[in-house]
Amino acid sequence: MVESAMPLKIRQKSVDGARDEFEIRDYLRLDLFPHFLCPGCGHGIALRALLWAIHDLDIEKDQLAIVSGIGCSGRLSAYVDANTFHTTHGRPLAFAAGLKLARPDLHVIVITGDGDCLAIGGNHLIHAARRNLDITCIMMNNEVYGMTGGQVSPTTSLDRFTTTTPMGNQEPGFDACALAKGAGATFVGREVTLQTTALKNLMQEGLVHKGFSFVEVISDCTEIYGRKNDLGSSPEMVLSQKRSVLPRFDGTAVDKPFRAGNWETGILSRQERPEYYSAYRAHCHKVLGK
Amino acid sequence: MSPVPGNSPQLQSLQGNQACALGAIAAGCRLFAGYPITPSSEIAERMSKELPRVDGVFVQMEDEIASMAACLGGSLGGVKSMTATSGPGFSLKQENIGYGIQAEIPCVVINVMRGGPSTGMPTRPAQGDVMQARWGTHGDHPIIVLTPSSVQEIYQQTIQAFNFSETYRIPVIVLYDEAIGHLVDTVELPDPKDIETTDRKWATGPAEDYLPYAPDKDGIPPMPRPGDGYRTHTTGLTHLETGFPTQVPDDVTRVTSRLLDKIENHRDEIEQYELLSCGDADILIVAFGITARASERAVNMARDKGIKAGLLRPVTLWPFPEKALQELAGHAKHVLVPEMNAGQLILEIERLCAGSVPVSGINRFDGETIKPNEVLAKIEELNNG
Repeated sequence: MVESAMPLKIRQKSVDGARDEFEIRDYLRLDLFPHFLCPGCGHGIALRALLWAIHDLDIEKDQLAIVSGIGCSGRLSAYVDANTFHTTHGRPLAFAAGLKLARPDLHVIVITGDGDCLAIGGNHLIHAARRNLDITCIMMNNEVYGMTGGQVSPTTSLDRFTTTTPMGNQEPGFDACALAKGAGATFVGREVTLQTTALKNLMQEGLVHKGFSFVEVISDCTEIYGRKNDLGSSPEMVLSQKRSVLPRFDGTAVDKPFRAGNWETGILSRQERPEYYSAYRAHCHKVLGK
Repeated sequence: MSPVPGNSPQLQSLQGNQACALGAIAAGCRLFAGYPITPSSEIAERMSKELPRVDGVFVQMEDEIASMAACLGGSLGGVKSMTATSGPGFSLKQENIGYGIQAEIPCVVINVMRGGPSTGMPTRPAQGDVMQARWGTHGDHPIIVLTPSSVQEIYQQTIQAFNFSETYRIPVIVLYDEAIGHLVDTVELPDPKDIETTDRKWATGPAEDYLPYAPDKDGIPPMPRPGDGYRTHTTGLTHLETGFPTQVPDDVTRVTSRLLDKIENHRDEIEQYELLSCGDADILIVAFGITARASERAVNMARDKGIKAGLLRPVTLWPFPEKALQELAGHAKHVLVPEMNAGQLILEIERLCAGSVPVSGINRFDGETIKPNEVLAKIEELNNG
């Protein structure tokens, strides 16, 4: 364990005060530190919010399964002291489906990225949403393929420069939340890394939700995307999120088209629909007269 | 009708693909993730009916890649899992099969072979996936491929596939052609209590000392079950005994060699084959699947004519029963390899014979099976030549 490699020791009171103070070290594999994320990367903030939510929900680490794909987001699972699965590119939701069907007793959380979830793994997202298995999907959206050096992704904003859009991106991006909702996700929300508490609360709501919950995290890639587009230093990028946010607290549907600089945040959709595994098992028992 | 516990062996008229499904249930398979593809779909159909009866789970995934992933996910959760497909779907599964090999996840993949390449001939039999089954996923890797040649054997080899996958912590491929997959035959289903099934070694002992990829003496590490307190990391990255990635050359050599050796060092327990009239055979036929059945008949016809022909039928296609072949080929004047492709298994046979004996093939890739008379004609030609 490399104590000195960890950032400042932060203790934070849980919001409802029901649990012990949240200490992130309790949830990390500290012997893997220092971590591999770039300075200023938003993914660490998002992971912290997730672990804080897990803590406040009192989820046993032994019962926690974190499944990730490939990319910067994919590497996060390794740092969590839980049952962790770093799977293939785009497929964490499909691995998670098998795991959850085999072991409905586990809390299954998928950590994925915009390329992993919306490009190579897009098919799995829409079917996971449709199927409504009790899985929470946390999608880190940094608008770029960071791990491979900064190529355009399905959420890259118009006119942004990447290594494969040297003249500026001309493809419109996905609204991941609208996609998930349209495919039937019963819980959909979006939050920025600037609003850490709001992000934690949103994740907590997603974790509690029975069914497929989708949380998009607007996370900055400062070293590659920010640098390439002259978006400023890390603090500047995070603060700029503030100017791009339209918080929604009423849980109503998004009626505006998605575009960068105008993110609807908060719980965007929440519906009740039978959770897949429970429904499957109950139906089979009924048909078989068990 | 399902095999009923407590009954003595019962005879059932079954299609090959249905025998596969019943074999899987008997082996303890409790999760099937699949995607429809001709000519394997009957396996999924039967599994969707059988699994709920034994409190298992059937799921039809959104594509072939997802069904392979869900199959691995189920096994990671500790449940014996299977998927089934044919050529095009087998290609799509290959990346995740490699993940299963690298992360050492037991599971069974059925590939019912049809004509190819690409969409090819979905309803016609072929044996064109000999090399894809061996080398389909990228990188250096071991594999176990079983190749039944009858409906009865599909049932037995599906059970065997689960047992090998659990013992060696590896995806096992069951490879057979459309002809056997759709063949209906009488199958003897043993009493469940007479069926030998194997479960993987589970991690035991204190979690603090546990290294998820530290092998036992047999080269195979016990597997952690989520929820048992081990909280390990599983990755497709080349990883140390700890489960965490490495790129240190010496470490990579050690862990990858162990992966290869765990199968190589157990060849004696894994390799299975059947011999027919091989004792004095001048003409040694090597054939598998439906082609082995045509060859069996051809050998008997040749013997009736006084020609010393024999048949080596590999049941484990990979690892190929090398020693058995080399020993028999050492006494033969000709080796003949009939196969329903343009010449795949013959490459391995030529490699193993290394020029010590002439090797020739009979090849069909027109969607028809090789007939006994075709094999007999070639035997006679070689005998006269």
